[in-house]
Amino acid sequence: MTNKTVKRHRKPLAAFFVPVILLLTIFSASVASDKKAKSLDDESKQCLKCHSQVRYTLVDTTSGDSVKVKMYNELKIDPVSYLNGTHGGFKCTDCHSSDYVNFPHPASVKFESKYTCLDCHGGDEQYASFHFETIDEEYARSVHADSLGDEFTCWSCHNPHSYRLTDKDNSITNLVAYNNSMCLKCHGNSLISSTLTDKDITNLVNKHDWLPNQALHFQKVRCIDCHAAQNDSLMVAHLIRPSSEAVKKCVECHSTNSILMSSLYKHAAREKRNELGFYNGVITNEAYIIGANRNYYLNVASIALFALTLLGIGIHTLLRILKNRSNADK
Amino acid sequence: MQTNKLYLYPVWVRLWHVMNALMCLILIISGVSMQYSNPEYPFIRFDLAVSMHNISGIILSASYLMFFIGNRFTANGKHYRIRIQGLIASLIKQARYYAFGIFKGEQPPYPVSTEMKFNPLQRFTYGLTMYLFVPLVLITGWALLFPETIVTNFFGFGGIQATSLLHVTAGFLISLFLIIHVYFCTIGHSPSSNFKSMIDGYHEAH
Repeated sequence: MTNKTVKRHRKPLAAFFVPVILLLTIFSASVASDKKAKSLDDESKQCLKCHSQVRYTLVDTTSGDSVKVKMYNELKIDPVSYLNGTHGGFKCTDCHSSDYVNFPHPASVKFESKYTCLDCHGGDEQYASFHFETIDEEYARSVHADSLGDEFTCWSCHNPHSYRLTDKDNSITNLVAYNNSMCLKCHGNSLISSTLTDKDITNLVNKHDWLPNQALHFQKVRCIDCHAAQNDSLMVAHLIRPSSEAVKKCVECHSTNSILMSSLYKHAAREKRNELGFYNGVITNEAYIIGANRNYYLNVASIALFALTLLGIGIHTLLRILKNRSNADK
Repeated sequence: MQTNKLYLYPVWVRLWHVMNALMCLILIISGVSMQYSNPEYPFIRFDLAVSMHNISGIILSASYLMFFIGNRFTANGKHYRIRIQGLIASLIKQARYYAFGIFKGEQPPYPVSTEMKFNPLQRFTYGLTMYLFVPLVLITGWALLFPETIVTNFFGFGGIQATSLLHVTAGFLISLFLIIHVYFCTIGHSPSSNFKSMIDGYHEAH
């Protein structure tokens, strides 16, 4: 092949790739611009100068002396998690007292009342689909409200400074891990749980020793799928029941009318119907549940083959009986 | 009718066979119960079915190992060797006998002897079941017993799902084999003679 012919071939190739790359660049730029980047305002940056650190410097305004002081964990905020969180776009003083801008903070700020979810989200049409009022009612009947009262609030599970929505774009495995991490914060840490109750609410491995393939269940199923009463109008159930009332019957999940379809897979189930003929097909991408994932076509084929076999045996038996009778007559 | 008795089934074969049959029955019943589990109509309680299935699966594995070693080191193994040469013709000949010849009073084309205790159709189906479907069901069964060993993604398909499909399909084919096998055992000197053979070891020929 001569150089000329090579060049002739290169031109159409370049003519194809250049516009494609250009289009992809424009497309990716437009996609990127769709996601509004959240940023911290100057006032909040000032707060995080101390509140994102393990230790901060306290200066005596009279003497000018300074001392390094430990920032307690519950007052520490990770700026990255905050910005990625649902509330990431807010100024600190949107929710906290404006007196906090003074440093050292005046004692009066200690008396500020903390917001609850309903203070912002209650009765708001924009958040109607989340059913915050129903969540509140369900929570009020839950084991946490019942046994811990005011010691336990929305924030005990949903850290307002990092909480993010686990939506349908997230994989089920990630969703399960994120969701269970909220429970494990107390139920997996006796230091934290001991500040709430005298009961041993940790030691989950021993408490679930009856559960076969425990590790797999913990990876693939949320705690709340078994421990909360399901409510059709809520995407995430909030009525956590006492452990004695948790789902313990295998078939409640391991059957074609698996409760997981109305809880863990509710999001995905609405998006995706059984494409390959699998009952509860949406589960098959991330997990396999005996009894809940049957293939419709294989099911029909197996029943047909089984019926044909029995029919064949029946006909053969009948012919044998007839032959024996005619032999006996002779 | 004159009968002659052939000693075809030594003690170890009969012991293996009875163990194999019992375990397969428990596995099929518990397997079907799990596959078609329904909280409203529980056939066998799910956790009980899981335990039954696991224990009998482990016993079947041991029994299969006994069969495999026995067949490898005794003359019994030769009966399972499928001869490729003339296979189709011999299968058709035997199938034709079962479909038509048997009703016309024809003699079986491959009479039972110590050299050839299985006819070509039996040899083919027994060989296929014992050396393909049973190993497949055992390997996939052990994998499902330790699901953490299974790859999570098999060409975009859940690894456990793919393993389970193979397990259930092989299990279904084995259960079909079992039904046909039991029915064909009624075709003997008398409907019960082949069942007696598996107890005393003697085959009663026509």
